[in-house]
Amino acid sequence: MRQVYLDNQSNTPVDERVYNEMLPFLRENYGNAQSMHSFGFVSKDALEKARLQVSGLIGSKPEEIYFTSCASEANNLAVKGAAEALKNKGKHIIVSSIEHFSVLNCAKRLSQNGFEVTYIPADRYGIISAEDVEKAIRQDTILVSIQHANTEIGTVQQIEEISKAAKKKGILFHTDAVSTAGIIPVDVNKLGADLLTLSGQQFYGPKGAAALYIKKGTKVVPQIDGGVQEGGRRAGTENVPAIVGFGKACELAKAEMQDNYGKIIKLRDKLIDELPKKIEHIYLNGHRTNRLPGNVNFSVEFIEGEGMFLLLDQKGIYVSSGSACASKALKMSHVLTAIGCDAAVGQGSILMSLSKYNGDEDVEFVLKEFPPIVQKLREMSPLYSYFKKTGKRQEAGPGTDYEHAHEHGNEEN
Amino acid sequence: MPFYSEKVMDHFQNPRNVGEIKDADGVGEVGNPVCGDMMTFYIKVKDNRIEDVKYKTFGCGAAIAVSSMVSEMAKGKTIDEVKAITNDLVAKELGGLPSHKMHCSNLGADALHKAIENYLSKKGK
Ligand code: FES
Repeated sequence: MRQVYLDNQSNTPVDERVYNEMLPFLRENYGNAQSMHSFGFVSKDALEKARLQVSGLIGSKPEEIYFTSCASEANNLAVKGAAEALKNKGKHIIVSSIEHFSVLNCAKRLSQNGFEVTYIPADRYGIISAEDVEKAIRQDTILVSIQHANTEIGTVQQIEEISKAAKKKGILFHTDAVSTAGIIPVDVNKLGADLLTLSGQQFYGPKGAAALYIKKGTKVVPQIDGGVQEGGRRAGTENVPAIVGFGKACELAKAEMQDNYGKIIKLRDKLIDELPKKIEHIYLNGHRTNRLPGNVNFSVEFIEGEGMFLLLDQKGIYVSSGSACASKALKMSHVLTAIGCDAAVGQGSILMSLSKYNGDEDVEFVLKEFPPIVQKLREMSPLYSYFKKTGKRQEAGPGTDYEHAHEHGNEEN
Repeated sequence: MPFYSEKVMDHFQNPRNVGEIKDADGVGEVGNPVCGDMMTFYIKVKDNRIEDVKYKTFGCGAAIAVSSMVSEMAKGKTIDEVKAITNDLVAKELGGLPSHKMHCSNLGADALHKAIENYLSKKGK
């Protein structure tokens, strides 16, 4: 069966060249990078090469790169580590309401431990305004953490402006660049970041390796205590094969970024332009142009996301959904909620994320298979028949509000 | 292991008895307070038996499968028999549901019972 993988924001396939680079470190070069014999040195050298490759992608010095096991860990180290290091200066931190859970839940944890958190709202396109950030800054603010782009709705922030607002007041700035590093240009100096999170799993590297950029001179309290690895800032045996793969992925991403970008954005725009021509009453989530090149996120009105992705799955098309039913917590995605997406309309959200391995045929396949699936589910939907009969929207059930949805639907992006 | 049982997937992909009944004897509509979904059941009653049953569902795969299963379980049964259909029974008939999806089975039986109440109250007049 044909398989069309459109869940690349969750994980991309590993590039074959990355895979080949990793292989020797699984069996032959198995030394611990901290060992003082020749085997150890091979691993240590590989680690330092990877550090160079990662720093090359984001314009930092290699010694400013700290490897972690995943982006969540890097975000934890950044947010909790910086807050802890600066707690004598103040106890107020600023994040956006559409951050990844690894930032939001760090903020929550900090607020349980005596910190105060301000959540900056996003507008309906997912944009965080630098002005809002600036206004939220107080005497005791110690950290601002705003993501570079949102993985789910694809909106890319004007990070330079936001970091400038923080820098003006001498406040530490962290950005979660997981969905942008390796995909669009990310330069720590241009972005004005003191701390920056990236992960290779988003751009054809393996799972199990990510990094936090820590600008020289920035104090961060380790979140894993133990040995001397990573300059004492992150203890634990280094995952050499994964880090080697991560490094290679960074090198390739840098060299091939423009080509990949051009290719992927064409596919994205075809889906964004063509789907609304084939399916009525669908609304793009996120910003139309300030948008990740591979992100397509629509709310399909009158139906629910899990039903769509299960039927797409049957056709070999793999996507995801921010609907309440599709989540384990049975809550609509916090990002859709934050941008004011109506609860009933958001139930029909569907996210397709593209990679360099997708092609025109994939897009054509989706354009052919998706509309009948929507039609099938709509024919089963009481909300759709109500709309057909009355021209009006009906609430989907307790906790939803279709009045607002109507507005949402009328304002075409 | 797939998320849903084979039976759930079958009912979800090929839902039985989807639709509306124009001159229904009873209509029951419920919304799901957990995740904001909705189901409407229509019944046609003859000689105290469910002669026909149709429904429309806005909800997840489980909710759609549940409505399909409920409609099959109800068809041809007497009012009292249908009243005895519980959420648990529906879930069992479907070969089980993932634990966080159990609440979806409420939708089906509740909507059907509401349709019956609606029928009985109309008849009482
Ligand atoms: S109807 Fe929402 S989870 Fe089943």
